[in-house]
Amino acid sequence: MGTAQILFWSLTALALISAIMVLVSKNPVYSVLWLIVVFFAISGHYILLNAQFLAIVNLIVYAGAIMVLFLFVIMLMNLNTETEPQKSIWMKFFGVVAGGLLLSFFISFVISSADLKGKSAQLKEGEIGLIKTLGKALFNDYVIPFEIASILFLSAMVGAVVIGKKD
Amino acid sequence: MTLLAFDWIFLIEKLVLIVIIISVSLVIAMYETYAERKVAAWIQDRVGPDRAGPWGILQPLADGGKLFFKEEIIPNSSNKFLFVLGPCLAMLTAMMTCAVVPWSSKLELFGRSIDMQIADINIGILYVFGVVSMGVYGIMIGGWASNNKFSLMAALRGASQVISYELAMGLSLIALLMLTGSLSLKTIVEQQQAGLWNIAYQPLGFLLFFVCALAECNRAPFDLPEAESELNMGYHQEYSSMKLGFYLFSEYINMFISSAIMATLFFGGYDVPFLDESKLAVNVAAIVGLVALMLKIFFFIFLFMWVRWTLPRFRYDQLMRVGWKNMIPLALANMIITAAVVLLIKK
Repeated sequence: MGTAQILFWSLTALALISAIMVLVSKNPVYSVLWLIVVFFAISGHYILLNAQFLAIVNLIVYAGAIMVLFLFVIMLMNLNTETEPQKSIWMKFFGVVAGGLLLSFFISFVISSADLKGKSAQLKEGEIGLIKTLGKALFNDYVIPFEIASILFLSAMVGAVVIGKKD
Repeated sequence: MTLLAFDWIFLIEKLVLIVIIISVSLVIAMYETYAERKVAAWIQDRVGPDRAGPWGILQPLADGGKLFFKEEIIPNSSNKFLFVLGPCLAMLTAMMTCAVVPWSSKLELFGRSIDMQIADINIGILYVFGVVSMGVYGIMIGGWASNNKFSLMAALRGASQVISYELAMGLSLIALLMLTGSLSLKTIVEQQQAGLWNIAYQPLGFLLFFVCALAECNRAPFDLPEAESELNMGYHQEYSSMKLGFYLFSEYINMFISSAIMATLFFGGYDVPFLDESKLAVNVAAIVGLVALMLKIFFFIFLFMWVRWTLPRFRYDQLMRVGWKNMIPLALANMIITAAVVLLIKK
């Protein structure tokens, strides 16, 4: 095993364990904090694939901004085990079954995909995640979807302001 | 065994560099507390600390010793783990930013050419940005875990303030990045060594960046998370002993690092004006560059203190209004004008 494999397996273990902890934690604040750990582990994977830009943007946007807002809301509502409605054991059981089925569906879909047959991830030499490549692809090949997505965000923001207005 | 095959000397070199940079930033943060009190005294026409040692220069040691020996209180109703995690995170995120700052040009020691920078990554500025956006967790977790209404209020204020000013900061940086075309701090400094400093092209960008840096460091006039007149002491109200010290200390480290970033981005980094560094010997150039960068940093730290002891604190709604209604439109206009000019000149 080289350094890359050791890093890959430890990051994967970290990501999976903290993802399970997100679900298992009784205190919602702990769940949010574990979710931040998941984002860090996934950013580590991006760095292994030489996609530094994606890695840091993942941290800035998800771990830095969105999770702060999550934490914000949870802290304001002051949720805890006593006030939160407890689900019955059967609900939890069927939740796990449904989630597992969805996961196996996705995995079988990825494995049988023709594009991925016989290919492995490009470690270190891949250039697709670097900011130059990504910028050129976004603003040349995908410029219309990109602009439409930004208009979608703008309309969401305007909608939030309109709903949030008092009168 | 080729389990971990890499250059061990390189690893040791980087470890030594990390230890040096972190201890230097700690010592500088220590003396910033002293400088803050001296500057405040000077501005208010007082003497300031002068008891411990000549001119009071041992005052930071006395303060640190006092903080260490104070009784450590963890409130019973608090969340113990998160209560301890808060100050740790604040300190960690304050320290992590110094990894991408280029402190000087190359140094030649023992036949090796050593970079005076821990990591020259090609997303340097974004890394700084990412770590800064993590910085808010220290305040939020600490404020929430204290289980105190004032602390929680202050933590929420801190979080919304940091997020709001991050936007204007990012927009003011985009204009700068259009000119440099690179995110690596080292490349940006080298470009400024060859040409003019970036402040000549981006005066408004620098002004916006400086105001945002004040807000991100929770410094006056934006120190609402610790507004003592309305929130008792703010997010660190329940903290005592060195955990309080960590919170106060991380603010000073943040100030040091953001001064370093400003000097690097807008004021040429380790570049000495009107001096051709390539004519000097390699090691002399490195030392001269380091001294130049440090002088620039000390000037910015002084500027931070000057602002703190001159301007009164904003009210919270004023703070938000300035951030969203003044800073962001200005930064957007700056960005569009820069983009238009860059496009015209390139054609």
